[in-house]
Amino acid sequence: MDDNPIGEAVAEADVERALEQAQEKCEAVFRPGPRQTNEQSDCDCKEGMFPQGKLGTSSRRAFLRSGGLLTAAAAIVPVKALAQDASGDAPWSMPGRIAKSDYGTRASFEKVARLASFGGTSSLTPLQASTGIITPSGLHFERHHNGVPTIDSAQHRLIIHGMVDKPMKYSVEDLKRFPSTSRILFVECSGNSNAASRSASQKTAQEAHGLTSTSEWTGVKLSTLLAQVGIKDGAAWVLAEGSDGAMLSRSVPIDKMLDDAMVAYAQNGEAIRPENGYPMRLILPGWEGNINVKWLRRLKIGDKPFMTREETSKYTDLITLTGKARQFSWVMEAKSLITFPSGDMRLPGKGFYEITGLAWSGRAPIERVEVTTDGGRTWHLASLQEPVLPKAHVRFRFPWHWDGSEAILESRATDQTGYVQPTKAFLTATEGVGPTYHYNGIQSWKVAADGSVSNVLQA
Amino acid sequence: MSFKLKSVILGVAVLSVLPLTVWAQQTGYPGGADYPFGTPASKADIEAWDKDVRPDGMGLPAGSGSYKAGAQIYAEQCASCHGAKLEGVRDQNLPQGGGPALIGGRGTLNTPKFKQTVESYWPYASTLFDYITRAMPYTAPGSLKPDEVYALTEFILAEGNIVPKTAVMDAKSLPKVQMPNKDGFYPDNRPYPVKRYD
Repeated sequence: MDDNPIGEAVAEADVERALEQAQEKCEAVFRPGPRQTNEQSDCDCKEGMFPQGKLGTSSRRAFLRSGGLLTAAAAIVPVKALAQDASGDAPWSMPGRIAKSDYGTRASFEKVARLASFGGTSSLTPLQASTGIITPSGLHFERHHNGVPTIDSAQHRLIIHGMVDKPMKYSVEDLKRFPSTSRILFVECSGNSNAASRSASQKTAQEAHGLTSTSEWTGVKLSTLLAQVGIKDGAAWVLAEGSDGAMLSRSVPIDKMLDDAMVAYAQNGEAIRPENGYPMRLILPGWEGNINVKWLRRLKIGDKPFMTREETSKYTDLITLTGKARQFSWVMEAKSLITFPSGDMRLPGKGFYEITGLAWSGRAPIERVEVTTDGGRTWHLASLQEPVLPKAHVRFRFPWHWDGSEAILESRATDQTGYVQPTKAFLTATEGVGPTYHYNGIQSWKVAADGSVSNVLQA
Repeated sequence: MSFKLKSVILGVAVLSVLPLTVWAQQTGYPGGADYPFGTPASKADIEAWDKDVRPDGMGLPAGSGSYKAGAQIYAEQCASCHGAKLEGVRDQNLPQGGGPALIGGRGTLNTPKFKQTVESYWPYASTLFDYITRAMPYTAPGSLKPDEVYALTEFILAEGNIVPKTAVMDAKSLPKVQMPNKDGFYPDNRPYPVKRYD
């Protein structure tokens, strides 16, 4: 038996009493009663496992520090005793709030949040608290180059012009009349993990790798729109321009546009969030976030790349070994990351843990993910949550029995082209110290004997 | 054949063909270019937004600018974020925490202390014109007139010792500017052959 069992044993008498009271409770739903209280009911088994304070997840200790509702005495009383009233049920087993015509919000106890950068040009997804593959829209990372514009969708227009037979102008409502398509896709900033390429100074998965998220995107295929305007012979590139203050623009090869590009107007079943491109954005599956132009207002068809700032001075990959830079490196290569356990957590004791994380590749579906708990001496196949979607985050899991001694946890992804996620050493030897975009080296987390988890450079 | 019989045959023929034609148009996706949504973009619609500039000069507007004019505009509009000497400013109270250095850094790209500036890294002068026109100054993007953007381009390039201070920047001269790092780029050569190491 594990030294650290999860949950608590329940006495048979408790079960019987619960069954007896079920009937009573059912009737009580339709009777007025005392209001539900907001008392904290955190579970002891998770106490201390997640980062404390500012980094997203709240813990009871952090709650106390910040002057929460609980008294110090209540905090050490076991959950069951705290929660039960005279009937033996929790105080919230009473009539709850009625349905409202509103936009729902998460439970008030949930505190997981994005983390904004200094200067406010980006915010990071709390990957360490992620489950499954979908990033809630409110936690999708942000990156913008002159803030998030406030766009009235009724007035917004997309113009398609240049080397076309018939320049056109579309509103959001116009786009919604076209045949639609939906895909679950990751979007990752190519600057993601940039600091991790140089140091292990970023404490959490969020800080080190939080510029990647997965959403279901819905919109119109570019091939459909381009068929309407008619592309002229010789057309090879498309300038995509946003209507934000930075008027961010990128050149996209027309082959990609005709292959799987879409103009999306919806994210996870509703209008795209302002920070993610409301009311419409370009989606280029598997390609670096920056080229998935948000707040899209213009597509200009041309015969050459336009060489905008974002594809010359930025988003090009300087290889310091040669002093030359790789350009038009759009694909995000295979990458993976253990999200639990990860940096700044503390495991309460030895025993069973499910190691879990995310893997993705912009080139091909994920073929396998391997996990090591001994710093790479032995690797084990992780199980992949079905469905394994191409160009989307894939959830992997691996059962682990921690014996209480120091452990180095790593994951590495392989995609269906056979490409294997490289080590940091390989990337440094190949590219020098300069690669600040497209870093996809293996991430190491060290679990110390006291259960604390920290970010370490790969040995 | 009687008139009546002819009418019947004609009637049957019309009835059997017409509905089929109509039905064929009403089922399935039209496909191709047959979605009559949106409105044609007018010349005015396009001209209002079509301000991008390519390395070959396509898109450059009429106008011109000198070093002297550029120096004055720079001091007024740019120096607070990019520094009086174009050296860049780091200040958390400024948008984006300050603006990057615009000059310097030549010869550093193959060193651990690489410094990427307009002078050391940018391959095309057109990009500078294009970016300033649409995105600068940060707090009032799109507010500068073509003459002002030509002047700023001349000023920044001259400070970076790329063009003489006596040059005049316009639609003819700008595409001819040779940037120091114009040959510093190559197309994506990934994936590297990554070997499994176990």
